[in-house]
Amino acid sequence: MIHLRKTSRATTALLLTGVVSLALACSPARDGATTTSSGAATGGVVRLQGAGATFPNPLYQKWLSEYGKTNANAQIDYQSVGSGAGIKQIQEQTIDFGGTDKPMNDEELKKAPGELLHIPTVLGAVVVTYNLQGVTETLSFSPDVLTDIFLGKITKWNDARIKADNATINLPDAPITVVHRSDGSGTTAVFTDYLSKVSPEWKEKVSTGVSVSWPTGQGGKGNEGVTAQVKAQPNTIGYVELAYAEQNKLPIARLKNKAGQFVTPTLDAVTAAAAESLAATPEDMRVSITDAAGASAYPIASYTYILVYKDQKDAAKGKALVDFLWWAVHDGERYTKDLLYAPLPAEVVRRVETKLNSVTSGGKALRSAQ
Amino acid sequence: MANPTPTLPTPTSAYGASSRAWSWRRTLSPTGNMGDAVFRALLFGSAFVLLLIFGAMIAAIASNSVPSMRAFGFGFLTGQVWSPIRGEFGALPFIYGTVMSSLIALVISVPLSLGVAVFLVEQAPRRLARPVTFLVELLAAIPSVVFGLWGIFVLAPFLREHVQPPLANWFGWLPLFQGTVTGIGLLTGGIILAIMITPIISAVVRDVLAAVPMSQREAALALGATKWETTRVVLANGGPGIAGAIILGLGRAIGETMAVTMLIGNRPQISLSLFEPSYTIASVLANEFTEASDELYLSALIQLGLILFLVTFVINAVARVLVWSVTRGTSGTARA
Repeated sequence: MIHLRKTSRATTALLLTGVVSLALACSPARDGATTTSSGAATGGVVRLQGAGATFPNPLYQKWLSEYGKTNANAQIDYQSVGSGAGIKQIQEQTIDFGGTDKPMNDEELKKAPGELLHIPTVLGAVVVTYNLQGVTETLSFSPDVLTDIFLGKITKWNDARIKADNATINLPDAPITVVHRSDGSGTTAVFTDYLSKVSPEWKEKVSTGVSVSWPTGQGGKGNEGVTAQVKAQPNTIGYVELAYAEQNKLPIARLKNKAGQFVTPTLDAVTAAAAESLAATPEDMRVSITDAAGASAYPIASYTYILVYKDQKDAAKGKALVDFLWWAVHDGERYTKDLLYAPLPAEVVRRVETKLNSVTSGGKALRSAQ
Repeated sequence: MANPTPTLPTPTSAYGASSRAWSWRRTLSPTGNMGDAVFRALLFGSAFVLLLIFGAMIAAIASNSVPSMRAFGFGFLTGQVWSPIRGEFGALPFIYGTVMSSLIALVISVPLSLGVAVFLVEQAPRRLARPVTFLVELLAAIPSVVFGLWGIFVLAPFLREHVQPPLANWFGWLPLFQGTVTGIGLLTGGIILAIMITPIISAVVRDVLAAVPMSQREAALALGATKWETTRVVLANGGPGIAGAIILGLGRAIGETMAVTMLIGNRPQISLSLFEPSYTIASVLANEFTEASDELYLSALIQLGLILFLVTFVINAVARVLVWSVTRGTSGTARA
């Protein structure tokens, strides 16, 4: 009896400790994050935490593992939590760098406690895919036809306007089912940005954003959801990231660009879109490169960025960050094509160099301080 | 065990540690046993933690919904437009989708589950009942994303090719079965939900029926009732328990996210047609939460969560009242 009581007392103590520690663990996570990120430079190892866009995540992970092989004193982490979360967390300074597919707008920049730089790292593209039974040829779309399909105004595959772009293809007399992303996504933002540029009607009715109110069709969650719904249902049309479409061997449509050429979305055509847009690209690199000029440019392309504060609080961490980014846009670019990302044009790399050179800590430039 | 109440104040102090006037230990354990006191405290603590978590969740959801409540008021419940870009948020299509998909699930699942349970308890030979019971319970353990994948690659094409066209042919005069047949939509979402909740409902109903006293069956059979009539007696006896099982299944259907998101089409619209895409509250939360950056948008999503909670609460309450009104005055019935 006495023995039993003792055990129950011990169990109680154990359980109470458990409850208390659980309660402590539940206190706001932000405190924890700040302490870990400010507790840098212990024992010569610098820890950097990044978070944001999911689109470049496979490439960033490759970069981090390659960079870590030769730079053991920098431990860098990237969590793919989405562009929105990346922007939010860099504003709140809970991370050292953010990742985003869409440039921050002026309002968002104002909310940040310091000046943020947009460092473009790589280029991506959104492609139009479809499932048409019995059609093996590659379909082509003009901007106005594509817009009207997604507006729900063209409802049949054998519509005269689709036929006009695909004269040699025998299109079925079947209703078109549009498949779009249902989750908030940078892919949707780029795609709707393109449609807004080529169609005033789209701009007015639907506009641009990570989640829009679609005039027609059904939604799939993520690139994989859209792909599954397109694959599983005949007579569908949807949009996914270029890398995803290539890996899954989906049919990819040719699109007519601003110069009137039908372009297949290759990595070179995506890089060309960035190069052709340079004249109109502002100094801060916040730019949309959809519907780019130039005969070889693919029209639905975009940058993805890493966001860093121009003035770094911690010199050691700031230095590790700019060194990594410098490596990424130079040595790192050779990993891009294998992973189906388009590398930056040479001129953009030069602009990134200037930006990285301008990052300071306590008034001192971090790049030249070596 | 005996704790004689002192008739005289002790010489030391009337209010000292040895006082019998009041002590928390005695409150927790009237018998004065330390082990019991600890046991009671533990139980009390467990119940309290649950209450605390519940309260904290409600408080967080409610307080975060305030901006959206201020902006839209009651119109949030009746609004039909969901446009994050324009900052216009209405919940009605999501409420409609949630209720309709759960309703479809129940209409299909309840008779099926009752059939499975009655078969297992009343009809199946033991050699068959065992493995079938095991399979039914196994079905309940399959992750919902697997149901979703199976749904998109097997169920949806099957419905599109073999179920929806005849439905449209024979019942096309009903608005329920009009529109384009794609395989993805409200009907498919409801059917996958039905498949997911059937194991839960049938497992609970099986236990309920097994708990109905054998004397009831014997009495019925002795009076010359057929197997069917005996089963009706057993079902009537298990009524409240069966209702409880259905509520349990409904709860799962309302809150189910992944499989439904993959099959319902994720389109915020109110259409009578079961072939058309629809959207549930749980799905829109799963879809849009990660990229909702501005305050009003986030708040509208959280308020949707609050509505989901209220819908569940109301349905549960109504079901309990129903059960209560049926069972009033009766006793000795089997409960879940």
